[in-house]
Amino acid sequence: MKQDNDTLGAAQPLGTGPGTILIVEDESNILEALTFILSRAGWDVRGHGKGDSALGEVARLGPDLLVLDVMLPGMSGFDILRSLRAAPETKDLPVVMLTAKGQSQDRDQARALGADAFLTKPFSNDELLQVITELTPSIAARRAVAGQG
Amino acid sequence: MLGFNGLVAVCIVYVLVLFAVAFWAERSAKAGQVRWLNSPITYTLSLSIYATAWTFYGAVGSAARSGLEYLTIYLGPTLIFVGWFWLLRKMVRIGRAQRVTSIADMISSRYGKSSGLAVMVTLLAVLGTTPYIALQLQSVTLSFSVFTSAGAEGGQDTVNTAVWIAAGLALFTIIFGTRSLDLNERHPGLVSAIAAEAIVKLAAILAVGAYVVWGVADGPADMLAQIEASPIAAAPLNGARWIGLTALAGAAILCLPRMFQVLVVENSDERHLATAGWAFPLYLMLISLFVVPIAVTGMSLPGTGDNPDLYVLTVPLSLGQDGLALLVFLGGFSAATSMVIVAALALSTMVSNHIIMPLWLRSAHGNNPFSRDMRSVALTARRVSIAAILFLGWVYYRLSGGTAALASIGLISFLGVAQILPALVGGILWRGATRIGAALGIGAGFVVWAWLLLLPNIAESGGLMPIVMAEGPFGIGWLAPSSPLGLQASDPLLTAMVLSLGINTTLFILGSLFSFPSPLERLQGAQFVNVFDHSRAVRGWTGAAGAADDLRIMAQRIMGDERAIALFRVAAEKQGLDGGLPEPTPDFLDELERELAGSVGVATAHAMVAQITGAASVSVRDLLAVADETAQIMEYSSQLEAKSEELAQTAGRLRDVNAKLTELSVQKDAFLSQISHELRTPMTSIRSFSEILMQTETVDDAARARFSRIIHDESLRLTRLLDDLLDLSVLESGHVTLNNGQARLGDVLDRAINAAGAEAGGGITISRDRAQENVTLWTDADRLAQVFINLISNARKYCDAEVPELVISVIDRGQGVDVEFRDNGSGIPTRQEALIFEKFARLETAKGAPGAGLGLAISREIMTRLDGDLRYVPREGGATFRVRLPARASQAA
Repeated sequence: MKQDNDTLGAAQPLGTGPGTILIVEDESNILEALTFILSRAGWDVRGHGKGDSALGEVARLGPDLLVLDVMLPGMSGFDILRSLRAAPETKDLPVVMLTAKGQSQDRDQARALGADAFLTKPFSNDELLQVITELTPSIAARRAVAGQG
Repeated sequence: MLGFNGLVAVCIVYVLVLFAVAFWAERSAKAGQVRWLNSPITYTLSLSIYATAWTFYGAVGSAARSGLEYLTIYLGPTLIFVGWFWLLRKMVRIGRAQRVTSIADMISSRYGKSSGLAVMVTLLAVLGTTPYIALQLQSVTLSFSVFTSAGAEGGQDTVNTAVWIAAGLALFTIIFGTRSLDLNERHPGLVSAIAAEAIVKLAAILAVGAYVVWGVADGPADMLAQIEASPIAAAPLNGARWIGLTALAGAAILCLPRMFQVLVVENSDERHLATAGWAFPLYLMLISLFVVPIAVTGMSLPGTGDNPDLYVLTVPLSLGQDGLALLVFLGGFSAATSMVIVAALALSTMVSNHIIMPLWLRSAHGNNPFSRDMRSVALTARRVSIAAILFLGWVYYRLSGGTAALASIGLISFLGVAQILPALVGGILWRGATRIGAALGIGAGFVVWAWLLLLPNIAESGGLMPIVMAEGPFGIGWLAPSSPLGLQASDPLLTAMVLSLGINTTLFILGSLFSFPSPLERLQGAQFVNVFDHSRAVRGWTGAAGAADDLRIMAQRIMGDERAIALFRVAAEKQGLDGGLPEPTPDFLDELERELAGSVGVATAHAMVAQITGAASVSVRDLLAVADETAQIMEYSSQLEAKSEELAQTAGRLRDVNAKLTELSVQKDAFLSQISHELRTPMTSIRSFSEILMQTETVDDAARARFSRIIHDESLRLTRLLDDLLDLSVLESGHVTLNNGQARLGDVLDRAINAAGAEAGGGITISRDRAQENVTLWTDADRLAQVFINLISNARKYCDAEVPELVISVIDRGQGVDVEFRDNGSGIPTRQEALIFEKFARLETAKGAPGAGLGLAISREIMTRLDGDLRYVPREGGATFRVRLPARASQAA
């Protein structure tokens, strides 16, 4: 089944949910599942399927949280995270990393690069929601700073 | 009765006769008439200098005092000549082959031409011989005084007699001993004179003997009865002392400098030794035959005086046989003079060659050692040495004052020179003997001997240090010569003999075992020990052409044939010579030495070249042995080199293998990580959606149906992945079973297109040429179809043209068939061409990549198993894959 990942996901009106989440994931089925879960939890969810254009998408959307896969066509999730942490606007953007490789060195590298959370596929939906809930305070803090600025 | 002056006149006449004999012999030798001179009898008679005045007079005295013990002095040499004849022969052969000039030269030569050893042996010889010369002077003066006091006149100054005798002997030795500096150091005139003297002393003692047996007693029977009745027959036999003295005398005949002079240096023909082998013991037997009768007669006769050492002289004198007495006097005189002459000659050779000449060469005068006056310097040194040695003997005689202690110096002297024995015999028989061992042995033996015997003897003569002698230096008892190591020696001579020779031999052996010989020592050691193997070859060693030839043979052994021959050819051409053999000029020899030094070291190279060109002391065979040894060492080291090269290669291979294993391990990790990724991805969707479905209240029916569909599809994807992995694993391990059979290519393609879902309306247009496909194959049709399916579905998945199209064409190459699959898409980017057959390689295409990336890897494996091939054909526009089927798998139907 072929699908355009760029615009996948059910958008919710701003302000009604806790905020905007951008999911960068090249597997359309996974993207669809995550979008469904997070949307139902009240988030405004956007999906993106490619690595090389992911940074542009972040800049364009200015999401409150990023769910980032590691294995992506064009640019790896690690490289994207490194670039995000290097830029002042996104250096404290909460990022949840997903990987299907399941090796501890991936987890270490993600932590070293400044990922806020790390999930190994397959994970349960509740795990994902739990992680994101734990990140909510820092989302709020970041929003507050942005509001003052 | 002769008076003193008459006796002097007789002596002068006798000496003049000796001069005449010597002159005549010299002249005959020069004229080439050497038959008489060159006879083995002359050689044997010259050996009789062993029997000196000390034995001439002293044997009778010894018999009168200690019975048959005097026989040991004759027994030792007899045993050596009979039992150890081979050793004598070897010594003589070595002496001739090496052109040895003295015993010091022999030792030094054996141990790598060590000058230190030469000096040591020379000093030892001088110390051991000087008292002995004094002893001769004493016996002559004593006989003078006995003779003259028995006559009417008397009271002449006997001390002056000794001076004149010493001076006369020095003159004689200088005249006949230093006439020329012949290389072989032979002195035919001197030897002839000594042979004549040997006859005189034998005749004298035989005459006295015959007189006492038949003139005084009534024949042998009566004499035997007298002997039976005398104390001589009752004298106890001391077994240890007999053995000790016999051994000592045997050692002395080998080591005494004067004996070495006549035995080895003056030997003109090795065969003479064979005659001497029986004739010399016979001479000794004859000269000792009447010792006991004379002693018995002397003891029984009145008026023979209280000194039994002079019985030989006093017996005829007391019986009024003046003529016989005069003959005896001349016999004793000849025994003394012949010993002194030869001893002085031998010692002077050593002193001048090993002490004076080296000093002179080192001094300012010696800057040019090749100057003409070298010769006269050497002769002068020799002459001065002779005079000095005789002067020293006279001084010793004067100082000791003719005491009884001097009489015992004979055996002490024997033991002194016997210290050379271990180094001498060891050097001849044992290649392992070294300079260090010889020096340690001789040095230690010398010290022990001097301390235990020589010093006490001198001290006794001069009445010196009696306390030190009795109680040891500084009161250290065990160092006291009278009781060495606390042994209360009943026989100081035997104790000193066992201690000195024991320590000497032990240190010699240990020193040799624990030191390493120099190359020259090794060469000389081989020369000495194996002298019979090669000394024949020594003689042909003088011609320059021969030397060049042998130099080349040696060089070939060391440098290898090619290099050596080239070196010699170039040198010969430089000298304008044909035949590749250059003259051994100094320039060429220098060059050769430098070349050889590269292989064997400077010292050995120099020694080898010098030995060959010097035509001196080493045979070709020995040099070649050394060369072979060197070659073996080089061979061994090159083997080692090869081995270490091999090890390095092995290590390199191990490193490569290790790197490969590491690489494989990395690949395996990457592969496992890939598999993990490929498995976890569909499982993530499955898990996520199934969890959603479990919370039914929030999902509508349309979503539920859609999510179930996704779960189903992802399950299939997982199954497919596992199938592919297993398939690949089987194919890669080679455990795949092929079901070969006949199949038509067209049919296989039909099947593949259907299975790939690419028949008409499948999203891609496929063009085929059925006529081309009319080929019958012998192959595993299912596997081949699997490859085709993969290629067709790849085209379906990845062809990015507006109207996707796949052209399948068959090309008959004669030797098999190619099946090409070409689509009209944008093809594969060049940089990714190399990757497409790798496992999990999915191309980054706009269409995404639903497969696991194992298809092409599996297809290629299959084609390898089918003896065919699968390639990507780079071509502009569209991706083209070519399946090549082997010749035996296909035939036109």
